[in-house]
Amino acid sequence: MDLNTLTINAVRSAVQERKTTATSLAEAFYSKIKNEDPQIGAYLILSKERAFAKAAEIDALAAKGQKLPPLGGVPVGVKDVMVTRDVRTTAGSKILGNYIPPYDCTAVARMEVAGAVVLGKLNCDEFAMGSSNENSAWHPVHNPRDRSRVPGGSSGGSAAAVAADMAVVTLGSDTGGSIRQPASFCGVVGLMPTYGRVSRYGLIAFASSLDRIGPLTKTVKDAATVLRTIAGRDPMDATSAEVPVPDYVAELEKPVRGLKLGVAKEYFGEGLDAEVRNSVEAAIQKLAQLGCEIIPVSLPHTQYAIPTYYIVATAEASSNLARFDGVRYGDRARDARTLSEMYRRTRDQGFGTEVKRRIMLGTYALSAGYYDAYYLKAQKVRTLLARDFEDAFRQVDAIVTPTSPTVAFKLGEKVDDPLSMYLADIFTVTADLAGLPGISVPCGETREKLPIGLQILGKHFDEATILRIAHSYELERGIKN
Amino acid sequence: MKVTEKDVVYVADLADLELTETERGVFLRDLNSILDYIDRLNQLDTTAVLPMAQVSDKYGADKSETGSARFAYASREDIHEGLRKSLPREVALQNAPGSDGTFFKVPKVIER
Repeated sequence: MDLNTLTINAVRSAVQERKTTATSLAEAFYSKIKNEDPQIGAYLILSKERAFAKAAEIDALAAKGQKLPPLGGVPVGVKDVMVTRDVRTTAGSKILGNYIPPYDCTAVARMEVAGAVVLGKLNCDEFAMGSSNENSAWHPVHNPRDRSRVPGGSSGGSAAAVAADMAVVTLGSDTGGSIRQPASFCGVVGLMPTYGRVSRYGLIAFASSLDRIGPLTKTVKDAATVLRTIAGRDPMDATSAEVPVPDYVAELEKPVRGLKLGVAKEYFGEGLDAEVRNSVEAAIQKLAQLGCEIIPVSLPHTQYAIPTYYIVATAEASSNLARFDGVRYGDRARDARTLSEMYRRTRDQGFGTEVKRRIMLGTYALSAGYYDAYYLKAQKVRTLLARDFEDAFRQVDAIVTPTSPTVAFKLGEKVDDPLSMYLADIFTVTADLAGLPGISVPCGETREKLPIGLQILGKHFDEATILRIAHSYELERGIKN
Repeated sequence: MKVTEKDVVYVADLADLELTETERGVFLRDLNSILDYIDRLNQLDTTAVLPMAQVSDKYGADKSETGSARFAYASREDIHEGLRKSLPREVALQNAPGSDGTFFKVPKVIER
């Protein structure tokens, strides 16, 4: 039994039936990390004490023959933008280089209550700002499928860890595509839930009206299992929705025959790589063979999504990142003579270039004289984008698109061209702006064996439908469950 | 809209960033190229469109109510007597770069 390739149910069964122990599993994963991660760079810090304590707890339950919780013994990794009590959390930034959180992110806490073994914190773009994990203050992440290429971002470490068997599942965050795009680049499943489905308490905020937490996994069933564990109202997050959590796993097996799938022409135009197009079109054909009705739809404002996103997200980020000033936590510039100097030097020294660029852009968009022209305008276009989806969802149950216009690009290829990097998010930002859920599943490879992702977007709180479609597709492709 | 060096300095000031000269040049170039691209939003007529500040405006809200009563689910009872459980002082101070055990300590605020 290759411990590192097991899915959630396989782990849980193996530990319950005493074929292995949670402790052996944790050891197997740490061993894999020791051998592989120097070449990948997915992990920033390992939380061995915490992991082995949890593993021992689970092993004690199994020894007594007691029923294990749903994620009993499952080794997981957590993106470093989610706080973990007593385990250093940096958000991929120097400004939090020595930050030890005194509390846990709700999503992480729920995973642990369900028996998950937290192996460590995963590398990411600084404050989740990036599409390649090259903006991490610590080191970049290499795509396990081709180490000269990026894993995608900002949850690059989360995607790479699953792809390289260094975790069974990982938690990532998505604001403009940061779960789905790296999942697509690394050939794993990435689920972004509806805004408000999962509590944001303990997620270091980037853009408060866009941020989501979600799982990256090997299979759709695992994604459904994790979502069932972490979703639901949290009194610590007033934006978490008062909407009941269905049994996402039970819903998976429902047939997809008769479901209406929208194909939006705006996602299949110029700029889409030919191999990606062919692979996604073949996937859509497979879904048609499974009995789905394919209906052409139009999302006419798609081309305005990137400019809208880069005003809304950066404006919110400029406000959220104002708290990093050296007063209460994190780094502090030592040579300052006045409070003002301390704030400025701390921030200029502690933040990386991309973070500063976005703070500058966001501050500009919100400043007097420009607020109406930029921020207010962007919020209005956001309404138009959301309306496009509302109209489309009157005719269809889900919308299928490529996750990204390209496959993983080379490390260093886009670092000097921020705009080109921003355009990599073109198919993912729309769902973030409209609050909708989305999943990326692997649908093929290029001639050079680089993974391609199929994205399925759903209605608000209809993760059950997109999971169902993704699961059926996965089964059809012959992926082991 | 053309961003000038003066704008960059002003914005850095608002954002509490002490930029180096090289950074000023880089951001001047970047802001201009990004805002140039963002300018396409002006192709859209949004005079009759309401701004969307948050998506969750719609769901979870009690639609039979008006005003802030719609968002009753997001609020809690006012506590008049006693304190709710909160982070103990030592824990709140444990990450502070400068502290005297009671307060966060920072360089002087007012120049005399």
